[in-house]
Amino acid sequence: MSSTGRLALFLCMLLMVSRGPSLASEDTGHEDTASSDHGTNSSSDSGTGHGEDSGTGHGEDSSGDSGHESSGHGGGPITTLPIVSWKWHHVSTPYLVTLWILVCWLCKIIIEANHHVTSVIPESALLICFGFILGGIIWGADKVQTFTLTPTVFFFYLLPQIILDAGYSMPNKLFFSNMGAILVYAVIGTCWNAASLGLSLWGCHKGGAMGDLDIGLLQYLLFGSLIAAVDPVAVIAVFEQVHVNEVLFIMVFGESLLNDGVTVVLFNVFDAFVSLGGSKIDAVEIIKGIISFFVVAFGGSLVGFVFGLLISLVTRCTKNIQIIEPGFVFVLGYLSYLTAEMLSLSAILSIVFCGMCCQKYINANMDERSVTTVRYVMKVLANGSETIIFVFLGISAIDKTIWVWNTGFILLTLLFIFVYRLIGVFFLTWILNKFRLVPIEFIDQVIMSYGGLRGAVAYGLATMLDESKIKEKNLMVCTTLIVVYFTVILQGVTMKPLVTWLKVKRAAVSELTLIEKVQNKVFDHMLVAIEDISGQIGHNYMRDKWNHFEEKWMSWILMKPSARKNRDYVFNVFHQLNLQDAMSYVTEGERRGSLEFIRHETAFVDFKKKFGAEFSDAMPDITADASDDQDATSSMRRDPVPSVSLEMHEQTMNGVRETEDVNSHHLLQQHLYKGRKQHRHRYSRTHFDVNKDENEVQEIFQRTMRSRLESFKSGKMGVAPPKTISKHTKKDQQQKMPNGKSVDKSKTYHSGDEDFEFSEGDNASGYEASGGSFPMRVTYRAGAGIENPAFMPEMDPMVQVQIPPWLAEAELDSSTVAPSQRAQVRLPWTPSNLRRLAPLRTSAHSTDSFMLADAPAAQQRDDEQLPPPPPPPPHRDDGHM
Amino acid sequence: MGSSSSSMTNIPDAQQLIQETGFSAAHILRLYERFEFLDKDKRGELRQETVDFASFVRILAHFRPTDTSRTRDGAQQEPANSSTGKLKSAFQLYDQDRDGKISRAELLQVLRAMMGIQVTEEQLHSIAERAIQEADLDRDDAISFDEFRQSLEKVNVDHKMSIRFLK
Repeated sequence: MSSTGRLALFLCMLLMVSRGPSLASEDTGHEDTASSDHGTNSSSDSGTGHGEDSGTGHGEDSSGDSGHESSGHGGGPITTLPIVSWKWHHVSTPYLVTLWILVCWLCKIIIEANHHVTSVIPESALLICFGFILGGIIWGADKVQTFTLTPTVFFFYLLPQIILDAGYSMPNKLFFSNMGAILVYAVIGTCWNAASLGLSLWGCHKGGAMGDLDIGLLQYLLFGSLIAAVDPVAVIAVFEQVHVNEVLFIMVFGESLLNDGVTVVLFNVFDAFVSLGGSKIDAVEIIKGIISFFVVAFGGSLVGFVFGLLISLVTRCTKNIQIIEPGFVFVLGYLSYLTAEMLSLSAILSIVFCGMCCQKYINANMDERSVTTVRYVMKVLANGSETIIFVFLGISAIDKTIWVWNTGFILLTLLFIFVYRLIGVFFLTWILNKFRLVPIEFIDQVIMSYGGLRGAVAYGLATMLDESKIKEKNLMVCTTLIVVYFTVILQGVTMKPLVTWLKVKRAAVSELTLIEKVQNKVFDHMLVAIEDISGQIGHNYMRDKWNHFEEKWMSWILMKPSARKNRDYVFNVFHQLNLQDAMSYVTEGERRGSLEFIRHETAFVDFKKKFGAEFSDAMPDITADASDDQDATSSMRRDPVPSVSLEMHEQTMNGVRETEDVNSHHLLQQHLYKGRKQHRHRYSRTHFDVNKDENEVQEIFQRTMRSRLESFKSGKMGVAPPKTISKHTKKDQQQKMPNGKSVDKSKTYHSGDEDFEFSEGDNASGYEASGGSFPMRVTYRAGAGIENPAFMPEMDPMVQVQIPPWLAEAELDSSTVAPSQRAQVRLPWTPSNLRRLAPLRTSAHSTDSFMLADAPAAQQRDDEQLPPPPPPPPHRDDGHM
Repeated sequence: MGSSSSSMTNIPDAQQLIQETGFSAAHILRLYERFEFLDKDKRGELRQETVDFASFVRILAHFRPTDTSRTRDGAQQEPANSSTGKLKSAFQLYDQDRDGKISRAELLQVLRAMMGIQVTEEQLHSIAERAIQEADLDRDDAISFDEFRQSLEKVNVDHKMSIRFLK
């Protein structure tokens, strides 16, 4: 800690040194902004550039400008050509901004490096403390606070991205199903807080509790309105670390987001009232105020909604400019904020709704990588500016000019805020619980009222107060700061112990399971149905109607056709789970050194299982057809096999060696990818993957398509009812087998029966695909895809070697159709058929160890499923193993 | 729907139903009105699979929110709106052949009805496969009620299967 502390100090010193030269000019710049900052929030529009308009620019901006004008380029006429010149004023503004961002983020690094501290004190509180230190250093050097959080910087450059991020990552379903409660808290609760605080303070003032202050009722109400709102930045920062249950979280979080809109509106209304003066306010003005409240709130939401749709529409057609499509989200989101601000609507509500509306569509429309980019950039911006906000909140405190102490005012404010929040939450919850299906528990209510953290929005509003109209502005600012520190630091620190102590229901950390998601969806459908049947229009019903509408119209307009197809929720979950599985396989493979284990171990096992099961699966099938021949089959399976299989096995093995050599040559020559000689690093601004060899891509594509085609066939066959399919499935699988047999002379003799037999064997696997017996399960676990039994055999290293793709391709044509026809002709089964089949069966899958190892496992399962338990496969292989 | 037909006296076994399901008299009345409305041809039952009013109410009783305040006499074994009761009714939705197990085919049927056209048959199969795998603890390729209950341990069934106005 001490070392990190020293590092921080060093950084600060560095900072001081670097900004030394511009000292004087900055001071004047700050004075400028302090006086001219009022009203920027409503008057400045999107045209107000960063550091271009000194009137509305923040401290650093204007100081940079003025500094540049006064003493740019080192001053004085040039007498000789300077090799290097010191151009501080030329870059001072952006330089300082960047430096500050860096310093703030470094603070975060230092804080996060000390886990034992952050586990006790929330990060936001620590950042504020760091702000104190930095502020102290600046104060020590300058004797005046040069850097403070100005409303312009805060509202235009720091707040939007945080709110956009909040809206974008809002769990929509949760939010809307608790929408009513959230709105009640956000609107009524905030109004209640503002009114009660203002009135109480005013009452206390009249009672003489604060001494001599020049504050009227309206000013009190104005103060009340600015400090009434729970701050999203502070709330997210604290609650993120506590992990309370999701309903509680969405309540606090949603309230803090929406009541920002409310508080800004209230503030503007009261600000206008103060400007008007007490005498001019009549009923008409009050009604106007109320109307403006609704117009501002709903108008802001509407603007956000429109921009959200706009973003969705734009991302629908960004296929060709994928590299900048994430940018649209930010630009349009910011534009919605500025537009609402321009129309003097609620900018915060606007950007919240913008984020909420567009999330679904842009996630579907954009490329997956772009979505990831949006998410990350959003987090970077939000988290970054959150850090800056807290640090600057700390820095702003170290300023003698704002500290006006009035014990009564400050303490009473703190007390009232706390008490009225408590009363408000409990009263509103009491009403809400009458209508809620799941009532909000008492403990949750305590946490909600305790979680009423005030933050930077209140401070920003306080600094926007007009000193000419409100004499005690500094007192208000300093009270606001104290309230912010008190709530963020004190309540933030105590929040975690309190949550633990009260045993608040935490968010359940559960792993994603498909069955749960399916079931949840079933529940939803059920509720809709029940509501429909019982003739009530509840919110399930409404949601269903909305979903229908949304699906029918909104998605149609706002989504790419391709995106529309695959966005069933359950299927997406399924997809995600599969991706996870694949990732864990890769991880496992890396742990073991390579992915070879899939080939050799799991797949091998699967393969074994499959053939083991095939044995027992296929046989009862046959016996069922061939009525009562179970004994016959089993016996003939037992005795003729060993001798035949023994020699065949050897032959096959030899054959493998030979063909292996020949084929590997082919393989190397033709089917390995070309060496990447042209692997140059090119740079492209528009594409990531510039280094792809076209031939390689082409080849991968062809191979994939080929294997997909095969698997598609077998997959398709697999799903049809087992009985009818049994004669056809073999043709999909068959093409890989003739290779294995081609070296085997005795087999060619029996070729007709062979086909037959394999069809039976494959029948088993095809059946499994739909029937879902054990081998199927294993196949799936191997990550080969569920509906694709045909895939597994290829994993068998031997077969794979023997069938280079070019051979398999050729085989495909010849062997697909004909055998199946033969097979059909041959039906129904006769015992004589079977007699010839049995030896061949084993010889074909010549690695007999398959059966050996697997028979018991497969057997077990088959006993459960298939009534006649087939006898265990003969153990004749032991001899030659 | 005449108001004359919907007084408590006309409802068959009204008292017993109230006793059994825990609905209030007002609820029964309202449900009876609804039932009469749905029961267009006045047979006293709904179409196809005949549902008389009593079983209609009993089904709906599964969706009554669980309330802790109402004291229940111990004589009743398991109220329909307990979480087990709710789970049972959900389970029965799948278990069409009433063998106490959700087979793959049964799960597929529900999935098919639910997911609509966006998902291909193949995908449905894979989903059913995976879902069964997840829940199937004893590897019998079907989901028994216990397995079903275990798979939904994390879900708050009381909340998920309740409708507010039936309270």
